[in-house]
Amino acid sequence: MMLYLTLIFEFFKIGLFAAGGGLSTLPFLSELADKYPWLTQDMISQMVALSESTPGPLGINMATYAGYMAGYETFGSPILGVTTALTATASLVAPSFIIILIVAKMLDRYKNSRFVSAAFSTLRPAVAGLIAAAAWSVIGTVLFNFSAATFGEAFRIPELILFAVMMVLTNIKPLKKLHPLVFIAFAAVCGIVIGYTVGW
Amino acid sequence: METSEKTERVSLFKLFTAFMRIGAFTFGGGYAMLPMLERECVEKTGWVTHDELLDYFAIGQCTPGVIAVNTATFVGKKHRGILGALVTTAGVVLPSFVIICVLTALLANFADIPVVKYALHGIHVAVGVLIINTVIKLVKEKIKDALGYVLAALAFVLVALPVTLKLPFRISPVFVVIGAAVIGIVRMLITDSRKKRGGGDK
Repeated sequence: MMLYLTLIFEFFKIGLFAAGGGLSTLPFLSELADKYPWLTQDMISQMVALSESTPGPLGINMATYAGYMAGYETFGSPILGVTTALTATASLVAPSFIIILIVAKMLDRYKNSRFVSAAFSTLRPAVAGLIAAAAWSVIGTVLFNFSAATFGEAFRIPELILFAVMMVLTNIKPLKKLHPLVFIAFAAVCGIVIGYTVGW
Repeated sequence: METSEKTERVSLFKLFTAFMRIGAFTFGGGYAMLPMLERECVEKTGWVTHDELLDYFAIGQCTPGVIAVNTATFVGKKHRGILGALVTTAGVVLPSFVIICVLTALLANFADIPVVKYALHGIHVAVGVLIINTVIKLVKEKIKDALGYVLAALAFVLVALPVTLKLPFRISPVFVVIGAAVIGIVRMLITDSRKKRGGGDK
């Protein structure tokens, strides 16, 4: 019972203070590893690898993993691991859930305020820039090797080719309307084929 | 796209399954969801407009929590109140939850399996392509004046440059969002005072 209360308290705190999502929960989790026997720094690095290789928001993946391990290490049962995972994940989501409900209510009330629409009129272009920065952080490290010794080695050739092919495929008329999932599946297959033939 | 102005009741089941799809097929979290959100919530169903989606992202940037989850909460709340928010939030979280529990219980070294690594390598390229396409569309549709282009470029440079050049500091997107909002309000106040002073020149 104590473990559940600890998880609620700790993950509610992380959910409340880790703004910006994803990896921003990492320092908090590493603090947990220092404090409690059920989480170790080794588990954390494994957790990051697992979270990045499975779908879903990173923060959620990590909370589920840490919660599961807490229950599993303490009680030695996978079933109880699922209950502690649920506790940790729900506690992580709760603060932002409540805050967003409040913000949504306020947004509804002030939707027609001139100040709010003036603020959003410049916010939208800026968010487009932020999204471009996120795109760059994903694609930059995949396509280029920034720590390469020579100029030639800085370009990852198979990745650049797949990128160019997919840029064309996603923008030609009949394919443009396909669900993003189709392209993700296509890229996964290409990834496997290239991995086993040419090598990445 | 004003379809979401007059809202007909969206079924809770539809909200749940749409967000489950989004949660199940987003790799990389956060902004990587944008193309999926666009398809599921704007183009396919008209649940929200492009503008609303961007506003949610801006707000999600400044409030604690996972952006993907925040956006889900917003969309659910808009259509079916608190119950809707619970349903969309649960929907976006559920796939992660199940996948992580199963993999942790059964396969300790999932991330080290070659097939998984290779597939993910390809998926990362696809995610980049999809986000870039979304950005191109956003820039074409949402930016209408010179100030908009300047702000978008500035936001990009401020956030991307320190990371790429491995500079010893980072600029949090929170400051970019707050800064952009302040600029918008200042611009409104300046236009107002000009109108007052100028009187005649419309």
